[in-house]
Amino acid sequence: MPQRRHLGAAAVLTLTLPLALAACGGGGSGEDAFEADPDALQIYSSQHRNVTEAWAQAFTDETGIKTQVREGQDASMGHMIVEEGDASPADVFLTENSPAMTIVERAGLLAPVDQETVAQVGDGMAPSSGQWTAIAARSTVLVYNTDLISEDELPTSIMDLAEPEWAGRWGAAPGGADFQAIVAGMLSDQGEQETQAWLDALADNAEVYQNNIATMQAVNAGEVPVGIMYHYYWYRDQAGDKEGSANTKLHYFGNQDPGAFVSLSAGGVLASSDMADKAQQFLSYVTSSEGQQVLVDSGSMEYAVGTGVESDPALPPLTSLDAPPVDPFTLNSDDVVTMMTDAGIL
Amino acid sequence: MPASFRAQSVGARSLGARGVAVAAALVAALTLLPLLVVVPDALSADPGEAASYLLRPRVGELLTNTGMLFVVTVPATVVVGVAAAWLVERTALPGAGVWRTLLLAPLAVPSFVSAYAWVTVAPWLDGFGGAALVTTLAYFPFVFLPVAALLRTLDPGDEEAARSLGLSPAAAVVRTVLPRLRPALSGGALLVALHLLAEYGVLEMMRFQTFTTAIMQQYAVGFSDTSSSLLASVLLTLCLVALVLDLLARGRHRVARVGSGVQRRAVPAVLGGWTTPALVFLAAVVALSVAVPVATVVRWLLHGIAEGDPLGADLLQVTLSTLGLAVLGALAAVVAALPGAWLLNRHRSGLTLLLERTTFIASALPGVVVGLAMVTLAVRWARPVYQTVGLIVLAYAILFLPRAMVSLRAGLAAARPELSEAARSLGLSGLAAFVRVVLPLVAPSVLTALVLVALAVNTELTATLLLAPTGTDTLALAFWREASELDYAAAAPFAAVMITMSVPLTMLLRRQILEER
Repeated sequence: MPQRRHLGAAAVLTLTLPLALAACGGGGSGEDAFEADPDALQIYSSQHRNVTEAWAQAFTDETGIKTQVREGQDASMGHMIVEEGDASPADVFLTENSPAMTIVERAGLLAPVDQETVAQVGDGMAPSSGQWTAIAARSTVLVYNTDLISEDELPTSIMDLAEPEWAGRWGAAPGGADFQAIVAGMLSDQGEQETQAWLDALADNAEVYQNNIATMQAVNAGEVPVGIMYHYYWYRDQAGDKEGSANTKLHYFGNQDPGAFVSLSAGGVLASSDMADKAQQFLSYVTSSEGQQVLVDSGSMEYAVGTGVESDPALPPLTSLDAPPVDPFTLNSDDVVTMMTDAGIL
Repeated sequence: MPASFRAQSVGARSLGARGVAVAAALVAALTLLPLLVVVPDALSADPGEAASYLLRPRVGELLTNTGMLFVVTVPATVVVGVAAAWLVERTALPGAGVWRTLLLAPLAVPSFVSAYAWVTVAPWLDGFGGAALVTTLAYFPFVFLPVAALLRTLDPGDEEAARSLGLSPAAAVVRTVLPRLRPALSGGALLVALHLLAEYGVLEMMRFQTFTTAIMQQYAVGFSDTSSSLLASVLLTLCLVALVLDLLARGRHRVARVGSGVQRRAVPAVLGGWTTPALVFLAAVVALSVAVPVATVVRWLLHGIAEGDPLGADLLQVTLSTLGLAVLGALAAVVAALPGAWLLNRHRSGLTLLLERTTFIASALPGVVVGLAMVTLAVRWARPVYQTVGLIVLAYAILFLPRAMVSLRAGLAAARPELSEAARSLGLSGLAAFVRVVLPLVAPSVLTALVLVALAVNTELTATLLLAPTGTDTLALAFWREASELDYAAAAPFAAVMITMSVPLTMLLRRQILEER
């Protein structure tokens, strides 16, 4: 019996202590964990957490404007903003891939981006609609295991992976927004018929992984000889302990191949924002040389898109990638999802 | 309780009972809120399109996968859970008390942490094998707990009578003990089944696709569209099947002892030459379900510390908000479960049974479905509560009500109506009788209920992601974020805190076995 009381008291303490602590700590830390701060700029972000946080922190340090970040994934967050409609709490939306932004754009929920902001990014880095701007870029690559396959055995085009000889020999993460952006690029470049045929082949040929990193590690571990992914996961691992990539190299398709697709990460301001000026100021900061340097210094290994800022020296220059002539501003991930559903991938 | 007495008490307190019934019905209606979104949305689909969406090979594959997992994991948890319970409670097993604790310990390890451990220890173990192994190891305590509690208190009188009438020891167990285990067994199996339907983390890590992982994928590509509602409807149907199967398996026999008298403990069976195999079996179960995850988390933790990963303030903040949500969620679920649990104990009828089953339905839905439904409802009809703590606590209450319900019912069964009636006959008001007589008797089970729900909130992933106020981070979210980037060292601290927090809570559950009446 005494033991039971003891346990009961311990449980009550365990359960109530944090509430008491949270109540005390709430005032001190200045950040209440349990509600959105009405004075803070609300940033909806499907970009990588470390990049977004770095931008938000640097912006607050510079301007004194408070920020709060809500994390999500590309397409679901885009659709979530659409669902929220005019009353969305979001002021700014940052994406990993541009199709998520075009979901919001097509719903007519974006405000035009300030001209000065657009002028800060390179040519072709903002749509003619003026509704959003690129904030970073990433390239499609083929990662391959050097023990399992030699360079001259690699496919010359991403389209070759649909051939029977590649059955069971390549990995990808088709459930993710990154891959869907690549397919959206393919759809725009190669047309519906080719793309659908490629997706049908993927359903039979490819090993499906959770995400890019899992794909890379599977190639590294020799589960499959090659995999489709974005470049920066590999460079990040190489800059670290190389635990997930020591046995691999990257192959750039180039040649304006659909496999050389460069995806733009996008930033936009919501038309419904109740602090539109600060939101525009944030986007201006992100694309400024200072903000782009924050991106480079964050170690994310994504390409900077601001003029006059060098991306990480380990990366081949963005202009050397010979990407396919795809208009990044009309990419439609919803069409891709339908096609992937038809192929039985989703 | 004699039937005539029950009838009397109903008449005497029908007004209060009606109030409770209304409250219970309201709670049941609340738990059906997610269906208010899912079902009309699924029905709004063009029948032809819906059919062609649902009748395609991929959905067949998902159905097969979900079915395979059912067919293997549910029986496996029953076998492991019953065998372990029998060894601990009914045999002369050395160190039974220690084993009892160790066999409950898996409840302190979130299932996705266990999956993360297995993925790093045995990367080749993915797909169906890994999914079945990890879910069995994570869920068998759901069977062990109620069966052990029942075995410990089951009066050996019937078994002895059966023996005296000429049955062999084994036959006596089969004829007298097993039938009495049915409610505990099917209740445990039902919990396992419902958890399997809603499981996401383990299956995603094991690359084994079921309806729930497919719904998560639909959410990722389209937020809340008709496709996910269609998939969720299939899941709902499976849940209804599980609930009906449970009712059938429970049977109509009563398990209570008839009459009064002093209850005895059964004489422990002597294991003899079976002692070693029994110990090896239990050691293997504990090693696979507890030692592997804990050792892996510790290993990555040390790895991270060696690399000089920064910890501290962030981890503390995340821990505090997790605990805060767990406490609020637990309180909400227990308060919501009280009227229904009381009603089921005092006025068992077809209608109250329906109420009880109703509360199970939403809990079989994955967190993401409940989360999306709450987002839709809040955005359309209750904008001020959108992205507030209130809404997420409501979602927790809906998801975890059955956990609270199960333990509250056990506690209320101990507080017999005769006792509060006696108190009232001695001049106490209804409220005073409740506070002075009923409350002390049910307090332990209320605590158990709070613990069970808090444990669940502690590891909830997808509803939290959708509904938490902006700026709120939880241990489960932080762990998942790092683990899905395969940064195991960065994920380890969050897993370690989740396990550490759950240990004292889990130990409390031990009491449920030891003190069951």
